[in-house]
Amino acid sequence: MSFYIASSPHAHQRRTTQHIMLWVLLALIPGLAAQCYFFGWGPLLQITVAVTVALITEAVILIVREKPLRATLGDFSAVVTAVLLAISIPPLAPWWVIVIGTLFSIGIVKHVYGGIGQNVFNPAMAGYVLLLISFPVQMTSWMPPSTLATFELNFIDSLWLFFTQYTSEGYSLEQVRLIELTQSLDAIVMATPLDEIKTQLSQGYTLTEIKRSDVFSGIAGTGWLWVNLGYLVGGLLLLYKRIIQWHIPVALLASLAFFAALGSLFAADQLPGVSLHLLSGGAMLAAFFIATDPVSAATSNRGKLVYAALIGMLIYIIRTWGGYPDAIAFAVLLANMCVPVIDYYTRPRAYGHGGKAL
Amino acid sequence: MSKQASNAVQLWDFPGGIHPPERKQLANRTPIAHLPLPSVLYIPLRQHLGSAGNILVQPGDTVLRGQALTEPGHTGGLPVHAPTSGTVQAIIDHPSNHPSMLAEPCIQLIPDGLHNSVAFEPISNPFEATALSLLQHIQQAGIAGMGGAGFPTAQKLAQSRRIELLIINGVECEPYIVSDDRLMREHAATIVRGSLLIGHILGNPAIVIAVEDNKPEAIQALEHALTQLDSQQAEQISLRVVPTKYPSGGEKQLIQVLTGKQVPARGYPAHIGIIMQNVGTAFAVARAIDHGEPLMERVVTLTGEAFAQPGTVWGLLGTPIAHLLTHAGLQTEAQQRIIVGGPMMGFTVTDLQIPITKTTNCLLAPTTTEIPAKRQELACIRCGACEQVCPASILPQQLYWLARAKDHDGLAQHHLSDCIECGACAYVCPSEIPLVHYYRQAKADIREAHIEQQKAEIARQRFEARQARLQREKEERLERHRQAAEARQKALAAREREHAQQAEPAAPNAPAAASDDPQKAKVAAAIARAKAKKAAQQVQQQSQQGDSESS
Repeated sequence: MSFYIASSPHAHQRRTTQHIMLWVLLALIPGLAAQCYFFGWGPLLQITVAVTVALITEAVILIVREKPLRATLGDFSAVVTAVLLAISIPPLAPWWVIVIGTLFSIGIVKHVYGGIGQNVFNPAMAGYVLLLISFPVQMTSWMPPSTLATFELNFIDSLWLFFTQYTSEGYSLEQVRLIELTQSLDAIVMATPLDEIKTQLSQGYTLTEIKRSDVFSGIAGTGWLWVNLGYLVGGLLLLYKRIIQWHIPVALLASLAFFAALGSLFAADQLPGVSLHLLSGGAMLAAFFIATDPVSAATSNRGKLVYAALIGMLIYIIRTWGGYPDAIAFAVLLANMCVPVIDYYTRPRAYGHGGKAL
Repeated sequence: MSKQASNAVQLWDFPGGIHPPERKQLANRTPIAHLPLPSVLYIPLRQHLGSAGNILVQPGDTVLRGQALTEPGHTGGLPVHAPTSGTVQAIIDHPSNHPSMLAEPCIQLIPDGLHNSVAFEPISNPFEATALSLLQHIQQAGIAGMGGAGFPTAQKLAQSRRIELLIINGVECEPYIVSDDRLMREHAATIVRGSLLIGHILGNPAIVIAVEDNKPEAIQALEHALTQLDSQQAEQISLRVVPTKYPSGGEKQLIQVLTGKQVPARGYPAHIGIIMQNVGTAFAVARAIDHGEPLMERVVTLTGEAFAQPGTVWGLLGTPIAHLLTHAGLQTEAQQRIIVGGPMMGFTVTDLQIPITKTTNCLLAPTTTEIPAKRQELACIRCGACEQVCPASILPQQLYWLARAKDHDGLAQHHLSDCIECGACAYVCPSEIPLVHYYRQAKADIREAHIEQQKAEIARQRFEARQARLQREKEERLERHRQAAEARQKALAAREREHAQQAEPAAPNAPAAASDDPQKAKVAAAIARAKAKKAAQQVQQQSQQGDSESS
């Protein structure tokens, strides 16, 4: 008879990294579904390619680094990174864009720093920033919501566009992005609501005028409202399942809302309000899925509040005064840089260290 | 005091904590059983924190139940007593009830089956007795804290500080363990009595008996026992039901839950006017004072799905655990885990002959489906789950990185010493990193480094002292030699003067001649100097020889 020797604790909750990552993927589904409903097959194509590239890259690097292959690949962390990157970029960006982004996210941002748990920056966001800076045209070619689009794209067309930039009938990506042809044959090309606001404001329109455009419906951009609500639902699921804590999403959204409210207070017609900021672009995705990446976030509860509030503030600043329409990736990366300092100053007070020392 | 009233009192919360499956029903549904006598007992001399006592018996001696086998030595320590009558077979080294299972001195007792007792000496009217006499009685009864580390109870109660609150800990927050639960259900009155006696020793502070809300039967029994008290005592003592959360039974955590205060780091509860005792200890104190019984047995929970009949038993101190395991119908698997203590803080053992001691509250034998084998440790993903559950508000994750880097200064800065090793962090870790194991190792490393440092410091002091001594001796020696040489020179000079005086009458003109002939005088002086130098050299040579011989 042999006895098993182990160190306490013997009991374990049995919630593994794999379990956490699978829940994150599951929680992405409502938002992703909305994205596909409004923007077509693109996101799914992007995800397919991104996940494939991510897994191959991770496997090759693990083999080279002589790390356990199955345990690390099986934790699905690379899949989560790939999916987050894939749903962040324009749905019909050419295939090589997502390939380069994923290669960089996994190969450089994650593994050069030592693999899972060691990366300083959020891999998906670092990949996104690389792509945005390197390929600004492809990375800003967003599709119109299907409800506004002149061309209806089926799966085959999407596939053609994704791989060749032309549909089977020879229309270019630029052409299918048209939402209307004006009398003067000026093509109006779809932009994201935030992009639209930025451009129009610079041309001297007021917010009230801009929001009359078809790109907007009610409180936020057409389609984008539902996409954000989808990610909100997924995020609440993660909170409910205790996969993430409330600190980061709440602090991020509260901070963004606070600055947006402050802005509207001073210049209601020049600065987009709270609802636009929270329900357009990637606000919800950032709050629940991106900023909550544990590896690159601050660790203590107070630290998480500071970290997320910083991201919210940076999003507002960059969206309002920066050169890019959305700001999630830059804000997250800048906050990632501050994490060591935040961690240092937000260490909780250990038990018994409150009063005077003995 | 009614349940409503006891719950109306404010309670506080401690940060973190977890809610693992409690699994208390496995063993708490049957009364505490008495076992047949084992065929042999191995009674360790040391079952508490502190040094062992002096042995009072020899092999071959016949002893009675309750007879002291050791007495406290001059370094303190607690006596151990024979839990049954029998013959002392030997005093041997036997594997200990410790994670290391290292052999330690034990008295091997063969029970005679008669169970004859010595005449016990209870204290009548203990509330009239002085605290000192009661403390001595508790010390002689060999009572050590029965909830945790086994700190000698009399030593803990002998406080010079003013104690305002006595907490009787019946929380028993660790999953599976039901020893205190059963004891409270069956002996609530004795526990209340013991609490009042301890309170008397401490100068009658307020007494709070704390029980987790997952033990309704125990709460009911204690409430009933409290209604039997006279009004003065009933005013002094109250029952407090605390929410179930692991590790609310930890001394520091329970103090925080009941008072909102924290025990200062590196301090004791007595520093903030609080003393905590386990319900089992209160029971043992009452038995010792009212019945004169020393500590000879304790309640042991036998639980886990590998047992056919789990439950609680009165385990005689020194009983090999195999005797208890067999009694409860252990059906071992290929890779059976036998845990002394609970699933959160217990340790595994591989030798079933180790004895029950004063602190053995549970033997847990889970099946592998119940508590599966550990899986491969994966990389930390910095999820921070560990920090969310840490009751000491330290950063388990940072400690893990620092422990791996063997950064002892960093570990000290992050308060490794405040870790109570409750295991909550490792329980929730998604990468299944054995965090507590890392901390224990780091603590041991730091302790070792500290000892090494002390040793090195002592060695350095000794070396420096030796160097100083050698230097001093050398200087003294040179000084002696110098003085000797001087003395010789003086003696030589004196002798020469004598010679000169003797020669004077024969040559009365010599001084004149000398003064007349300075050349001659110079030569004489040179000769004298040469002689003196030679003599000095000789002395030096001799002394050097002497040196080389002596060194």
